[in-house]
Amino acid sequence: MIDSLGQPQTVLVLGGTSDIALATVEAWASSRPQVVLAARPGDRREAAVLRLSGLGLEVEAVDFEATDTGSHPALIEQVASGRDIDVALVAFGVLEDEELAWRDHATAVRSAEVNYVGAVSVGVCLGDLIRRQGHGSIVALSSVAGEKVRRSNFAYGSAKAGMDGFFLGLGEALEPYGGHVLVVRPGFVHTTMTEGRDPAPLAVRAEEVATAIVDGVARRRRLVWVPRPMRPLMSVLRHVPHPVFRRLPI
Amino acid sequence: MTDAAARSRPVTAGRSRGERRRLTGFGLTSPSVGFTRAVSPRDVGGVLREAGSRGVIARGLGRSYGDAAQNAGGLVLLPGPSRITLSPESATARVSAGTSLHDLMRVVVPRGFFPLVTPGTRYVTVGGAIASDVHGKNHHHAGSFGNHVRQLTVVTADGQERTVTPEVDAGLFWATVGGMGLTGIVTEAVIALQRIETGSILSDTDRCDDLDELMAAMVAGDESAPYSVAWLDPMAKSRHLGRGVLSRGRHAPLSALPERLLESRWRVPEPPRVVAPSASLVPPRVISRTTVRAFNEAYFRSAPRRSRGEVTSLSSFFHPLDAVDGWNRLYGREGLVQYQLAVPDAAADVVRRVVERLSDHRAPSFLTVLKRFGPGNPGPLSFPMAGWTLAVDLPTSFARGGLLDELDEHVLSAGGRQYLTKDSRMRPDQLEGMYPRLAEFRRIRAAVDPSGIIQSDLSRRLGL
Repeated sequence: MIDSLGQPQTVLVLGGTSDIALATVEAWASSRPQVVLAARPGDRREAAVLRLSGLGLEVEAVDFEATDTGSHPALIEQVASGRDIDVALVAFGVLEDEELAWRDHATAVRSAEVNYVGAVSVGVCLGDLIRRQGHGSIVALSSVAGEKVRRSNFAYGSAKAGMDGFFLGLGEALEPYGGHVLVVRPGFVHTTMTEGRDPAPLAVRAEEVATAIVDGVARRRRLVWVPRPMRPLMSVLRHVPHPVFRRLPI
Repeated sequence: MTDAAARSRPVTAGRSRGERRRLTGFGLTSPSVGFTRAVSPRDVGGVLREAGSRGVIARGLGRSYGDAAQNAGGLVLLPGPSRITLSPESATARVSAGTSLHDLMRVVVPRGFFPLVTPGTRYVTVGGAIASDVHGKNHHHAGSFGNHVRQLTVVTADGQERTVTPEVDAGLFWATVGGMGLTGIVTEAVIALQRIETGSILSDTDRCDDLDELMAAMVAGDESAPYSVAWLDPMAKSRHLGRGVLSRGRHAPLSALPERLLESRWRVPEPPRVVAPSASLVPPRVISRTTVRAFNEAYFRSAPRRSRGEVTSLSSFFHPLDAVDGWNRLYGREGLVQYQLAVPDAAADVVRRVVERLSDHRAPSFLTVLKRFGPGNPGPLSFPMAGWTLAVDLPTSFARGGLLDELDEHVLSAGGRQYLTKDSRMRPDQLEGMYPRLAEFRRIRAAVDPSGIIQSDLSRRLGL
């Protein structure tokens, strides 16, 4: 059970090698949660397990493939058997080359399948679990890219826009069942996923996103922007007339 | 189905499971959703036998601060109606578990009786008072609630109704006293009462300028005072550290009543007159360092330096906060965390250390209570132990700062413990250190409930 201060006892990470998710688990480490990292087997997952078990946490790794949606219900059922899942982090995603992601059919479909379809798939399984548990939080890692879809990364942005909306709605739907969903909209985060890209203004580190997640879960917030000034900034951008907006270097 | 329909429709999962409801403790933290149902005592057995994997817990009036009386995804039995049968010759009352101490007092006070133990609120049920083994201002003389339970009826997980006493099936009796509702569903109890001549208290007040003076006064004077408790100002600093107001009292004999009170000799406790607004309507930071500091200053200054034999009503002496219905909502949506520790006499320095740390952190607690405990009782999970107890109310946002983890270490190393009824955030690995007889409790519980039908969010969180 999560305690009154928002410290979970069990955390499931879907996309268990995500830098933001691992930083978040580290921020919870003082309450010694049991951690399940669901990710593809391999070196990165091994490294993630070592990183967390090095903090004295009990860590378990399970195989997870975001696009294999048919396997998701059984996977979540198995992870939750014999224990409650207090917090689930939906932290997987792919960021392809943006130009390829709208010109190359396979790349575009893959982006939509991982970032949107996969997220909806686990969202439904987690929602079902939470309804039975009578409690539980889902943290969905969205992106400011999804709030206002731009020319520069619209394939990724549109999938994030879809998953963002799905999880906001799921939060409303789960409220009468004791569930809570936190949608997180970070700006540019320095992570493995964005390595080699030019950072956008207001870029943050994974630890800053983690702090916002820990706080958002404790306060049962619905939506957070990281860093916070992203919110007014995006709000202004939304109201910029289109002929101007399309000329902006963003 | 729309959200609105989901909220209003009573949920039936297969068979009637009750009404889906979001529950929290008095601290308004860690909400969870379970199915609530009012069940008559004779149907409790059947309900337990049919319980699903998320189990069953009984809930009283929701005065536990944490998650003791909620059961996420499972069944929560609501208190049944009051039933009170007073036996004046033996000074006992046979009461249903759902009877509140408020109802009990309204019946027995005019007939010259009073419970031997009352906590700081009379809005608790007898079932809850037993499950928490509550204590009052007279613990140093009378022990806790369980000390005065002569007999109780508990329906265990197998559906069997068992009548237990301190002599008959004493193991189950004492595991139920302070057992946080986890041994079974208490349906009825016989409790001893004390005789009183009036519904008034003669109270003595002393204002003490620092912690040493306060603790010395308590050590020196408690022997002669049946009721004794101190309020202290945890925000006071340096030479005023731990300043407080010591309040002691005894039941007023008829001869001590002033003439104006002779007509209202019993002064029966009344329901609350003021209702606090809903938590979501309370503006943020109503309870903050600034407001609490101002309150504490005013409260300390308004107390008399020394007064003796002041005649006061039972409710204003024992239950001053009951005058405001839902005062906990003033903490706003994030609620509050209460921290109550007990340490042995030899560890009085831990009390000082804790007060120092609260002061260092300018902890905004307006209800900080220090009291001496007498010896504990045989309940393996009963909280009181001979020594000191200190309780602090903190806004949840302040409690996140990590100070309480540090205080836990002091308490643990002194052989002390935390009160499970107040707890909402302790770490399960500390439980055994605080309750050395935990294994005995677990053994008794496993014998009457091998598959763990009776469970709560608290039992899941702490692995009780």
